[in-house]
Amino acid sequence: MNIHEYQAKALFEKFGVPVPKGAPARSAEEIPAALASLPEGPTMVKSQIHAGGRGKGTFTDGFKGGVKFCKTKADAKDIAGKMLGNTLVTIQTGPAGRKVQTVYFTVASEIKKEYYLAILLDRATSRPVIVASTEGGVEIEKVAHDTPEKIHKVFVDPAYGLADFQVRDLIFKLGFSPAEAKNAGKLIRNLYTCYWETDAAMVEVNPLITTPTGEVLALDGKVSFDDNALFRHPEIVALRDLNEEDPKEIEASKYALSYIALDGNIACLVNGAGLAMSTMDIIKHFGGTPANFLDVGGGASKDQVIAAFKIILGDSNVKGILVNIFGGIMDCNVIAQGIVEAVKEVGLKLPLVVRLEGNNVTAGKATLAASGLKLVAADTMADAAQKIVKLVAAA
Amino acid sequence: MAILITPETKILIQGITGEFGARHTRLSLDYGTKVVAGVTPGKGGQFFEHKDHKVPIFNSVAEAAKATGATVSAIFVPPPFAADAVLEGVDAGLDLAVAITEGIPIRDMVRVKRAMQGRSTRLVGPNCPGLVSPGTGKDSHGGCRIGIAPGYINKKGHVGVVSRSGTLTYEAVFQLTSKGIGQSTTVGIGGDPVNGTSHLDVIKLFAADPDTHGIIFIGEIGGNAEVEAARWLKANCQKPVAGFIAGATAPAGRRMGHAGAIVGGAEDTAAAKIAVFKECGIEVAATPSDMADALLRSAKAKGVTLT
Repeated sequence: MNIHEYQAKALFEKFGVPVPKGAPARSAEEIPAALASLPEGPTMVKSQIHAGGRGKGTFTDGFKGGVKFCKTKADAKDIAGKMLGNTLVTIQTGPAGRKVQTVYFTVASEIKKEYYLAILLDRATSRPVIVASTEGGVEIEKVAHDTPEKIHKVFVDPAYGLADFQVRDLIFKLGFSPAEAKNAGKLIRNLYTCYWETDAAMVEVNPLITTPTGEVLALDGKVSFDDNALFRHPEIVALRDLNEEDPKEIEASKYALSYIALDGNIACLVNGAGLAMSTMDIIKHFGGTPANFLDVGGGASKDQVIAAFKIILGDSNVKGILVNIFGGIMDCNVIAQGIVEAVKEVGLKLPLVVRLEGNNVTAGKATLAASGLKLVAADTMADAAQKIVKLVAAA
Repeated sequence: MAILITPETKILIQGITGEFGARHTRLSLDYGTKVVAGVTPGKGGQFFEHKDHKVPIFNSVAEAAKATGATVSAIFVPPPFAADAVLEGVDAGLDLAVAITEGIPIRDMVRVKRAMQGRSTRLVGPNCPGLVSPGTGKDSHGGCRIGIAPGYINKKGHVGVVSRSGTLTYEAVFQLTSKGIGQSTTVGIGGDPVNGTSHLDVIKLFAADPDTHGIIFIGEIGGNAEVEAARWLKANCQKPVAGFIAGATAPAGRRMGHAGAIVGGAEDTAAAKIAVFKECGIEVAATPSDMADALLRSAKAKGVTLT
């Protein structure tokens, strides 16, 4: 689960990670009060969407920049008015962009130097890793590629936690001045506690800055959480912003379906994540484009299949459907009955190819054949993918 | 022989009285697996009954192992309590704990994995389908089935299968069995980022097992475990190996943000992994339908008989 920058900053403050003073506004009415809570002077206005590249983004009405520096609060008020309710397109949002429902005002800090700081899981060691660099405010992938020696990593032993010597070592490597070192050390330790205590998947601060007066501040904040651990963090679940999620994905999660919308035209409905991924791959392999990833889980029930069909058909790009079920334990006949009912209930008009394999498959295939539905049966995944690609191309 | 488990292995089920655990315990008993004990705290002294089977239930893993000689555990405990269940199996000195549970918090697994360092227990999973070492009976009856995989699609033989994904494993096993090629052991290591046993761990066991003549190695995007295992195979194993990587079309934007790409390195896309597979002499299956055929091609090229 992702949260907005203003929410991440509030979380940082709770854990003692200093951030520039700021206030969010969720509507035009909230703008004056938000600005009144900040001192007069240079102010930043930041569009709050769950996507990167905001500063270089463009709004659909032509207004440029989702993050703006303003010399005065009066300017900030005008700019915020242009952003709120407007749709911002960045390299990460796709061409449709994302509607800005919240703007965040912060005091514009004077920057001495920018750094990069992130904490996440290192899969190779199964330990948390702190990634830091003296090259902040830029794309970190580019730094890693061009100047890997400027990326520093600290692996944390979960049995002991982040050790003081590790923090000291990192501070020396990043070259903080003696005046900054104490603040930087405190920030790194507190950010680690924030990562660990909240079950974060990743915390990223880009840039982390020093100011001419020796302050060390998180100028930006990006936090995502481990979905598996949300059950023990109701305070974090409360931060979820459904406006930022695909309505089809929200609907899918209600039925324990794992759905991700893609931009192709062949929808797929599969049991198991690995099989679902490779069903998308095989559609592509035979020249089609997948419209989604949809995993109905190991035990697809009839209700799930019906819900899955409705979600798939909510995507107007879809021109055909491929159902691929390997019924290991599940009875293929039960699944076949679910498919037949679902197709009848939603009144499917698009080409449908069904590949069923596994337990009681003969009865399942018989049910499909006897249904009178216009569906095409397939034997293997390759057979199924070729058939649906051909049908969609012909339609 | 097989790896990790044989038809003689005695297993216990943690969470045997839960709906999910009970259903798969019945299926394992029907398959002929030696399920000798169950563990549900508070239900010690009761029995899990199914047909002619009467499996004793204990309050703790240590008690169950001591009383029945079980050396392997299958864990069906709900996510909030699953990490503790693994530690209980480790503390009881089991040889193997197989965590089927899906949705365990990553932080819990980070701590469990650290706590297991230097201990004798091996963990497979979590979020995995488990293991099957097929038996000699009809539809491979009499084998050892731990977890949630269908037993009947297996056939006793000489191919080892390792994968993160359940249904993709069944797909591979089904293709092999349909062609009359049996399996030594099938291992699902699970889809979570922190797991007990890696692709490489299982591949090393298959390489050392004289009864395993060929390997199907199924990977996914993300992490570098497949690359690590492929490089080891190139240097250490002459057996025929077929590989498949799922996720060539997965949207990159849906993975973890920037820093993840750094730590993961440049080798975690499907295309990069496939390139490494080829370079390491692994016969790559172009599609998931091609997995068994890819292994047959590799076996033919190396002059190895799989049956």
